[in-house]
Amino acid sequence: MAVPSQSLIGLARPPRRAMTLSGWLDREAVFSWLMMALPLLFLAALVGYPFFYGILLSLEDRAVAKPGHFIGLRNFVTDFNDPIFWRVAVNTFVYTAVATVLKMVGGLALALAMNQHFRMKNLVRALLLLPFIVPTVLSTVAWLWMLDPAFSVVNRLLIEAGLVRSPGPSWLGNPGWAMFSIIMINTWRGLPFYGITLLAGLQTVPPELYEAATIDGASGWHRFRYVTVPLIKPVILIVTLFSIIFTFADFQLVYVLTHGGPQNATNLFATYAFDIGMNAGQLGLGASVALTMLPALALLIVALTLYMRKN
Amino acid sequence: MVTGRGRIVRTAQVWGPVGFFLLFALFPFYWMAITSIKPNSELYNKRLMPLLVHNPTLKHYIDLISQTHFLLWTWNTMLVAVIATAISLVLGTMLAYPLARMRFAGSSLMAMTVAAIYLVPQPLLFLPLADLINRLDLGNTLTSVILTYPTMLVPFCAWLLLGYFKTVPKELEEAARIDGASRLQTMRRVFLPLCTPGFISAGIFAFTLSQNEFLYALIFLTKSSVRTVPVGVIAELIRGDVFYWGQLMAGALLGSIPVAIIYSFFVEHYVAGLTSGSVKA
Repeated sequence: MAVPSQSLIGLARPPRRAMTLSGWLDREAVFSWLMMALPLLFLAALVGYPFFYGILLSLEDRAVAKPGHFIGLRNFVTDFNDPIFWRVAVNTFVYTAVATVLKMVGGLALALAMNQHFRMKNLVRALLLLPFIVPTVLSTVAWLWMLDPAFSVVNRLLIEAGLVRSPGPSWLGNPGWAMFSIIMINTWRGLPFYGITLLAGLQTVPPELYEAATIDGASGWHRFRYVTVPLIKPVILIVTLFSIIFTFADFQLVYVLTHGGPQNATNLFATYAFDIGMNAGQLGLGASVALTMLPALALLIVALTLYMRKN
Repeated sequence: MVTGRGRIVRTAQVWGPVGFFLLFALFPFYWMAITSIKPNSELYNKRLMPLLVHNPTLKHYIDLISQTHFLLWTWNTMLVAVIATAISLVLGTMLAYPLARMRFAGSSLMAMTVAAIYLVPQPLLFLPLADLINRLDLGNTLTSVILTYPTMLVPFCAWLLLGYFKTVPKELEEAARIDGASRLQTMRRVFLPLCTPGFISAGIFAFTLSQNEFLYALIFLTKSSVRTVPVGVIAELIRGDVFYWGQLMAGALLGSIPVAIIYSFFVEHYVAGLTSGSVKA
């Protein structure tokens, strides 16, 4: 049965269409690849090519305005013998981990606070998103001023409230406080994204489920733990992976606030690669520092892409 | 009595946490705004109450506009953002339409590739790109950023539009096909006009991301006359250890306003775009 019907289809379909140009263009595959050709060419030239060129650079002793020579993995050996490199690795890990946890917990709290009925809710939601939409560099400059060593308004308010003694912490000058500060400001900026996305997730939970759980005697905490969390888990996972990727590779915030200082206490992979590649002009070595991010990033990107695909 | 107290408790329950988040989110903008209108004598006087302005002045704004290239930077930023957004919407649509509507070998692999490219962060590419831009002799031209911003924006727009396109019913396109329209005619005349909300969402995001971009602009644009607002503000108002805080905050505020205005008009589209990717997924 199967064989004749297949051969019938084979006979009936392609020849007549293939005769004319417009028929050929109307084939789904032909139309699709022609349509996608230009954007794919663009991405191949300006993402694909730089990506592989970056790998090549990392294997050269290339400096700005000088030809490079192939030196194998020597740049990576230099990186792994460089104590600052390991400091940078630890910093990046701490920054990403702590900021992500803060954004997740804070974002969930924000979403729960917003998931109540009150007036002007749309206005409040719009205002809460401001830190996320305003150009990062510009809002970060405001934080730089708020944490200024001499005129910090944060310190003045804390001193006024009797919480710290004058002159207050050196927020960006002390290694520990500097890390604390960049984490807090990253959280400030990313929290609305978490909060509003999770809020949208919360609003998809059918109210009947809460009613049913309440009738079965579930407390508020139990409703949250056994109804809310399982249902919004996919959203939490996607937002978190997303945020980890971009926190891990953060540049702007640290560049503006501390330039990686004091004594590399806040230097991250991206800012360190910039230091070496742009400021010191060692393109090859800088490219190798940037590429050490690749294994972790590739893992995260593949995980997130597959997960989004699956759902 | 009981209902009155109940209402107060309820109000506190809502506005306590919401108020805390609002204060945390908005205080830096308040501080930016009042700093920009304080005279220097107030800014650097520790005895005055800092949260209020006693003698407001527009001096910082006037200085910013007359002593720096701020207006030129704003023009550059707008020009780059508009062109990069337009390019990204067109190229993004050309990727998203076949991926959303056509069946062909490799389509799901292509969709995943687009998503993966979107997730590649800039720091992985900036050094080889800097070298490439140098070799093409595009340093200190707006072309350098107009070409490189779409590397982030095209996959992003494609991904967002792909999600939107899939929600549009197929019946109209099928009817047009039966009436003899080619695939290209169906796409342009029938399908794309139905997708305006999707284009608005993607357009606002692309525009916002262009205004926000810093790393490429920092590397490619080192001459004052071609700079964008973020780079101009950071590179020229912070001079060594001397800070011009009034001008800096005036610049930061003015630089944020275009995004804030567009955002306020389209906030629903923005939120829809923000949440569609993850919630629908």
